[in-house]
Amino acid sequence: MPRSLLRDWILLGPGLTWLALLLVAPCAIVFFFAFFERGVYGGVDYVFGFDNFGRAFDPLYLSIFLKSAKIAGLATLVALLIGYPAAYAIARAAPRRQTVFLVLVMLPFWSNYLIRTYAWIVLLNREGLINQALTALGLINEPLSLLYNEFAVVTGLVYNYLPFVILAIFASISRLNPETLEASEDLGASSVRTFFRVTLPLTIPGVAAGAVFVFVLSIGNFITPDLLGGGRIQMVGNIIYDQFLTARDWPFGATLSMMLIGVMMILLFTQAMVVRRMQGDREGAHA
Amino acid sequence: MRKLTKLAAAAFCAAAISGPALAQDKIVISNWDGYMPADMLERFTEATGIEAELAVHATNEEIMGKVVAGRGKGYDVVFVSSPFVEALKALGLAAELDHDKLPNLKNLYPEAAQLEYDPDNQVSVPYAWGTTGLCYRSDLVSQTPDSWMDLLRPSDDLKGKVTMLSTDRWLMAAAFLAQEQSVNTTDQGALDAAKDLLVEAKQSLLAYDDTTFYSKLVSGEAWLVQAWDGWCNYGVAENDAIKYVIPEEGSDLWVDAMVITEASENKDAAHAFLNFVLEADNGAWVPANILYKTPNQAAMAALDPALIEQFPNLGMDPETLLAQEQLRDLGDGQRAFSRTVTEVLAAE
Repeated sequence: MPRSLLRDWILLGPGLTWLALLLVAPCAIVFFFAFFERGVYGGVDYVFGFDNFGRAFDPLYLSIFLKSAKIAGLATLVALLIGYPAAYAIARAAPRRQTVFLVLVMLPFWSNYLIRTYAWIVLLNREGLINQALTALGLINEPLSLLYNEFAVVTGLVYNYLPFVILAIFASISRLNPETLEASEDLGASSVRTFFRVTLPLTIPGVAAGAVFVFVLSIGNFITPDLLGGGRIQMVGNIIYDQFLTARDWPFGATLSMMLIGVMMILLFTQAMVVRRMQGDREGAHA
Repeated sequence: MRKLTKLAAAAFCAAAISGPALAQDKIVISNWDGYMPADMLERFTEATGIEAELAVHATNEEIMGKVVAGRGKGYDVVFVSSPFVEALKALGLAAELDHDKLPNLKNLYPEAAQLEYDPDNQVSVPYAWGTTGLCYRSDLVSQTPDSWMDLLRPSDDLKGKVTMLSTDRWLMAAAFLAQEQSVNTTDQGALDAAKDLLVEAKQSLLAYDDTTFYSKLVSGEAWLVQAWDGWCNYGVAENDAIKYVIPEEGSDLWVDAMVITEASENKDAAHAFLNFVLEADNGAWVPANILYKTPNQAAMAALDPALIEQFPNLGMDPETLLAQEQLRDLGDGQRAFSRTVTEVLAAE
């Protein structure tokens, strides 16, 4: 084995071991369980079959998948609409300020996810700060129902995952070669046209990465629908949680998890394809 | 029923894959966090010379998963709710109790030996028990609630101001009781009827809430909630206009109990621990500190009457408790049951 290859394997060793033990092995166990049955008192009866997959394609569970995809999709869209301009502004700011802005973007991560989610409950509930402020200003007579609905869930998801979008797009914008923008302007394009014809297309990989982040994290989330949706909105994460921890039907929970993992893999694959094609295009253009 | 937040449960699952270490000279007890006095094990060791270690579980399902996966190895005593006692017994994971080693059983109400899930305390000793009913703001509701229908088909002033428990058994129990069914039924007709009623009820619901319903009452966000009696007391503690009532159709009786695992290699020490918990002074901690009722008659008799005055449901007598239907394990019926629960929770 050449020395450089040996070195690579040594350097990769800890990471690969970590992934094998804590990602591949658990997924394999989940995959394995999906083909068996729940014991009468919980646990797993090792009777092989595809029964769980039949159950999972029940319209009931498919509708929950679709609903989750819809909520995750909405959260992704809103996060991109807020995140792109923010990332653009940060990338265009003076380097000294950039650091400050990036720290501010990361700041929410210094507190716990749960605490941040509870903070939204304090803000949005019928007796909460937003309703109190609007009532005090005389803008509303009746408190608005801001909590325990889809709006609250999407808000919570966008809030929690927005930093990922901003960072991904920021990285992409700051890697842009300023000369391409200058070239566009020199050729007479307005700044709006430059943005839509040059900046945006070249930063699509960042947009795709950010979008996949938000979508994948949102579709499997069960805490936000539980707390901000008041349990009235069920996402896939919630039914998986319930199968494992309430119904004690591990095999069926495993089947639903496999389906969710499948959806995520397809998305990640698509994102990788987008990035690759973009790079391919650029290399092609250079040639 | 002690039930920490689902989130804590999820976080804990990740951390708790490895069980507690095996030790010959020491017993391992798994209980909900904060469900017994913090110095209980220390005092137990002082009194008996037996070392004891506490493992914490956030939910029944979590400890059940661990005990089933490891055939109970590594645990000597586990605290679980009644349907889980039944499951542990059926799976042969619960040890037969030797009553000669539990002289303090005499402290329990006679009713505590009449629990259907474990008659004569063959494998379990009850630790706390209670009912599930309606907890409400007496100063805000226009009519005193007395029926499950007040929750499921609330009057106009209550629409959007009621919450229900989302844990499957109690969510369904509200509808079953309202429709004069057993809380343990898995009959498809009964499930469908309950589903229709619960989907209808969902339209007037503020939220499903298993953990903060009493704070919603205190803040005035909710006026009427489905609640465990002990948890309703947490609301009463902050606002004495909050009251608890068992609806006229009845409630379930839930029991949290102690079980010695069949795998325990220190069954004598484990019995000594159960016996220690059954002492009147130790039992009295339950109502005085977590505002739950305990089946320990000696402990309840010693309770400060002022406490019962403040939290009237602590004064509920054992006959009333036993008059409620006891929660049982659903066995094979669980699959149809949980599908119905998902249908309700996913309904628009």
